[in-house]
Amino acid sequence: MGTQSPYPWAPGFYPGDRPQVVTSRFQYEDAHTIERYHATGGYEGFRKALTMAPADVADEVKKSTLLGRGGAGFPAGTKWGFTPQGVWPRYLVVNGDESEPGTYKDRLLMECDPHQLIEGCLIACYAAGLSRCFLYIRGEMALAQERVAAALNDAYAAGYIGTDILGTNFSVDIVLHWGAGAYVVGEETALIESLEGERGMPRLKPPYFPAAIGLYGKPTIVNNVETLSNLPFIALNGSAAYTAIGTETSPGTRMIAVSGHVKRPGVYEIVNGSTTFRDLLFGDEFAQGMREGRELKCFVPGGGSAPWFLADQLDIPFEGRAAGSAGSMLGSGAVMVMDDTTDIPAAALTLVKFYAHESCGKCVPCREGGTWLYRIVERIVAGDGTDADLETILQVGQSICPGNMPHASSERLGLEAVPFPYKMTTICFVGPSAYVPIHSAMTLFPEEFESRITKREVRRLIPVSAAAAAGGGS
Amino acid sequence: MSDTVSAENDAPPVDPNAVAITVNGTPITAQKGELVIAAAERAGVYIPRFCYHPRMSSVGMCRQCMVEIDTGRGPMLQPSCMITVTPDMKVETDSPVAKRAQEGILELLLANHPLDCPVCDKGGECPLQDQAYTHGPGESRYVEAKRNYEKPIPISDHVLLDRERCILCDRCTRFADEVAGDKLIHFIHRGNLTQVNTFPDEPFASYFSGNVVQICPVGALTAKPYRFKARPWDLAQVESTCTTCSVGCRISVHSSRDQVLRHQGVDTGTDSVNWGWLCDRGRFNFEAIDADARLGEPLVRTESGHQPTTWAGALALAKQLIDGADSIGLIGGARSTNEGAFAWARLADALGIDHRDAQLGDGLPASVLGLPRATIDEAANATTVVLVGPDLKEELPVLYLRLRATAEQRRLRIIEVSPASTGMTRYAWRTVAYRPGSPSEVTKALGAADIAEQLAKGDVVVVAGRSNLAESETTAMSVLSAVLAAVPDAKILPALRRGNVVGALELGLAPTDSDHDALATLRRAADGSLDLLVLLGADPLDDCPDTDLARRALAGAGRIISIDTFPSASTRHADLVLPAASFAEQSGTTTNLEGRVTRVTQKVTAHGTSRPDWMIASELAALLGHDIGFASPEAGTALIARTVPAFAAATPAALDEHPAGVVTGPVTGALPAASSADAPPNGYDYRLVVSRKLYDGAVNTAMSPSLAPLAVGAAAHLHPADFDKVGLAEGTEVTLTSTTGSVVLPLHPNANVARGTVWAPFNQPGATVNELVDASAPVTDVRIERLS
Repeated sequence: MGTQSPYPWAPGFYPGDRPQVVTSRFQYEDAHTIERYHATGGYEGFRKALTMAPADVADEVKKSTLLGRGGAGFPAGTKWGFTPQGVWPRYLVVNGDESEPGTYKDRLLMECDPHQLIEGCLIACYAAGLSRCFLYIRGEMALAQERVAAALNDAYAAGYIGTDILGTNFSVDIVLHWGAGAYVVGEETALIESLEGERGMPRLKPPYFPAAIGLYGKPTIVNNVETLSNLPFIALNGSAAYTAIGTETSPGTRMIAVSGHVKRPGVYEIVNGSTTFRDLLFGDEFAQGMREGRELKCFVPGGGSAPWFLADQLDIPFEGRAAGSAGSMLGSGAVMVMDDTTDIPAAALTLVKFYAHESCGKCVPCREGGTWLYRIVERIVAGDGTDADLETILQVGQSICPGNMPHASSERLGLEAVPFPYKMTTICFVGPSAYVPIHSAMTLFPEEFESRITKREVRRLIPVSAAAAAGGGS
Repeated sequence: MSDTVSAENDAPPVDPNAVAITVNGTPITAQKGELVIAAAERAGVYIPRFCYHPRMSSVGMCRQCMVEIDTGRGPMLQPSCMITVTPDMKVETDSPVAKRAQEGILELLLANHPLDCPVCDKGGECPLQDQAYTHGPGESRYVEAKRNYEKPIPISDHVLLDRERCILCDRCTRFADEVAGDKLIHFIHRGNLTQVNTFPDEPFASYFSGNVVQICPVGALTAKPYRFKARPWDLAQVESTCTTCSVGCRISVHSSRDQVLRHQGVDTGTDSVNWGWLCDRGRFNFEAIDADARLGEPLVRTESGHQPTTWAGALALAKQLIDGADSIGLIGGARSTNEGAFAWARLADALGIDHRDAQLGDGLPASVLGLPRATIDEAANATTVVLVGPDLKEELPVLYLRLRATAEQRRLRIIEVSPASTGMTRYAWRTVAYRPGSPSEVTKALGAADIAEQLAKGDVVVVAGRSNLAESETTAMSVLSAVLAAVPDAKILPALRRGNVVGALELGLAPTDSDHDALATLRRAADGSLDLLVLLGADPLDDCPDTDLARRALAGAGRIISIDTFPSASTRHADLVLPAASFAEQSGTTTNLEGRVTRVTQKVTAHGTSRPDWMIASELAALLGHDIGFASPEAGTALIARTVPAFAAATPAALDEHPAGVVTGPVTGALPAASSADAPPNGYDYRLVVSRKLYDGAVNTAMSPSLAPLAVGAAAHLHPADFDKVGLAEGTEVTLTSTTGSVVLPLHPNANVARGTVWAPFNQPGATVNELVDASAPVTDVRIERLS
């Protein structure tokens, strides 16, 4: 049936026959060991980089147009160039605090191929002239922490990390730090605060652009796990080999996590620009379509904080700009799929509850507005909503995100797409993230909210097995 | 051609720091680096705010000050407390988008805020209440349950926290961290459940805790001394100057029904001494003003003790005592206003009193005031400050705040010269710990390469005072001279503690030389060769470092007249006690340690029949056939400006124009030659260091119910290693013996104390450590013995 990963040690991973840049070792059960890493060309990219001048390595990365995979999609090589020269020390911070709902690609990269990440860190430090690297791993990812820690020990023992690495005068230390579990720490300045031992709250930008004033007030490059995992390939094979994959503006591959009501939820490494949402959700080598007998109702294209798409947006290419002008974003690379059994207000409640709970409490719209929205939706879902509630939701939303909210087009409702992004009164994106799912749900499925209020329905709970049986089909 | 040149010359000079911006369509001139919210406010456009405070760093947390800012890329909604002005910036503070954002934030702030304004102390002067009216949406749509917490929890001895009212603006926590350096309150928990709290079992024990009550934009933080005492609309207020210590913080005195109910700090802007901050002692010692123990009528000694009398009778007796005295000594005056001190100085001149001193052997020679003087601003912005004096945190707390602020930002390097660690030690760039009485150690330490290099950079301010009350004034001067020898060009900031000590000394209450100062006067009284001792707000028994001398002097003086606000150990010995008006009961001017003259203002009626010092001097002078030359404080201020050259600028008109005060010039003089010889050790084990704590037995502290319990109590402290050597349990009572006496004190280990010294706080409830001190000996060495 194909719903089982061929590699049980890489749960939910499906290789397919696409070029594999970062997942090439996922086929080996012992991919996380240094022996297997060595046997499959490991640390060769780093050795090659050490024979080049740092500026040349940085140039090679810049030429590869490697885009950051954390969500903003900023070119990594360009970002490195923003650090002021001559300020010492300078740091690399690895953002392994992957916590966007529906996203679990970095976790797999850290669990299955930690050495690839370490090699990426070393190459980045060498190329950008950084003296110390901090690896921040989300508190809940126990296996990733264990495997990265073991890999770091092995890499230190093998002489890849430390002083005078491999006989050169290049020295770097990698420090492993475990988070305490806070969504907002995925935001880079909050991550830096957390790393410094403060409360994980985002800093104000300006002046705290990490490239200039980052960790301990020093120039700091913050890169995502997947971004860095691409570096060994680029260093070893050159930027030309990398740009040969994918599109001109967005080369290489991308890890996508698909979850929800599809036959084969999992992580896929796709070639940038080669895929539409329809391919991803219905393609044989990807998620293989909806559960038996069920129809697609809507899907979230880029993590819990992205506006929702409807079934008629399936042919949008899986590409940042296209998703943006259609009214959403690709964000962290997580697609969540809802079929026609989904209780939309309840689905929105799940998401708003998450963001209200994860608010750090620093700024007012997020702290007060998020919880207020959660309370209202909770009442509506429980069948206690009033007519005024829907207007209140929109007004509270306006206090968090003034102006037009991005949303998808819908022929059924006569909606024109409003492009991403939104304006906001908050410091970071957590506040708006609480409102986005409710706004999408209310815009695309107004009748479900209205009937909740007028008919005082309580939450529909349909067991999956019963739903499948009711669907008839097979 | 020549026309254009002259036109150019006539044009006003271009201010290089001016930035032209537009606010709501009106062009205004902002200053480079200025925040939009501040620039707009200067131009008369008020942007609502909660977390923004001009004396603290911006955090942009409340989001209330969102305005539309266009820097050429189209209008963007931005927090105006985070954005600095740039040329041609366009700011819209009440566009529909900005107004909607401001109303939205206010509605969110009020969502969980209890509407208990009718019973809230802040109601009526509450920024949240006010701005909800001016910038809020009018009504709330919030129908969910509000957050509930236990109603007020104490977070310190003075301050209570109501977490339901708190809007989490980070002002109090930022103050504790950034301004006070006492990071004892912080946010705990997360998101909607975030709250301000202390660490477990660690109260917000800051000397500056009262400031968080003043800057709280809601009624979340309240202070016990004011709680439920009045409603803001029942309060009347006047601006005045705190005279608790010589920093001279600007305050406003609030009263209701002729009773002072609170002090608030006032920030007078660019020339502000205290930036709006106050220490808790200055903020809360208003309680002493109407304490029950106040002297309300003149007292005369009879066979059966002190008996009340009339002013007429009392003044007649005073005339009789003065007429009958060949030799008179006058001690005190630092508690007075400038006018009070000046009046008494003129009376003393008329009576030919040579023995006079506004200090009590606990300060420095008045000639220190003749050296080039620095202001607090100059000290805080100097390259280097050399601290040779008391623990500023304990004695001059707001000066400590000011110096700490720039030292913390690494803009100022502090070199501390002190026999014990102080509150400033952790911010000092270098600390020169010397053994009391060893100026040669100081000379040697200041000659070290790094310190000499730092001092050679110039722009040095020396903060000069007494670090140890268990050594003679001469010994203190030898250390100061050692410092001044290393930095001859330094400016001086005298760290003398008493409220108006600088004013009193400069206006004529300084002794001509060390043969006529307070200690000399007391010695003469002790010898029996002083016919009359006048104590003008002075209590030698508690305040003179040499208790034994004070006791002998009060016993040996022929007659004693005491003019004071409270009965004290010394008034008990007086033949005549005249009740004096206290702070907030009289108007006039005061002079702070910079030489800055500011107004103090009467707010309430004087207690009982008590009178201001100047009036007592004036009436007494009239009885004695003299004239002090003025009959009202205002006339006194004018007379001082006319007749005292240093105070020429401090005219009534100038003081009206500059509420922050007029800085007077130093009185020229030369320092007495100081010996640089070290005091030899004697056969005793430990050298004694005595210094003040913020809360001590000083009368206004002891008479304030909120402050009195905070006095640490008399004790002796040893370095932990020395303490272990003694081998007793902590707090065990021991006998300290010096050449002059012995006293029993509990013994504690204290890492701030240097090896080989024993430290004891001055004037604390309990045993009197000053029994050990001989004011004429260079240093005091003591022996510690177990009680048998």
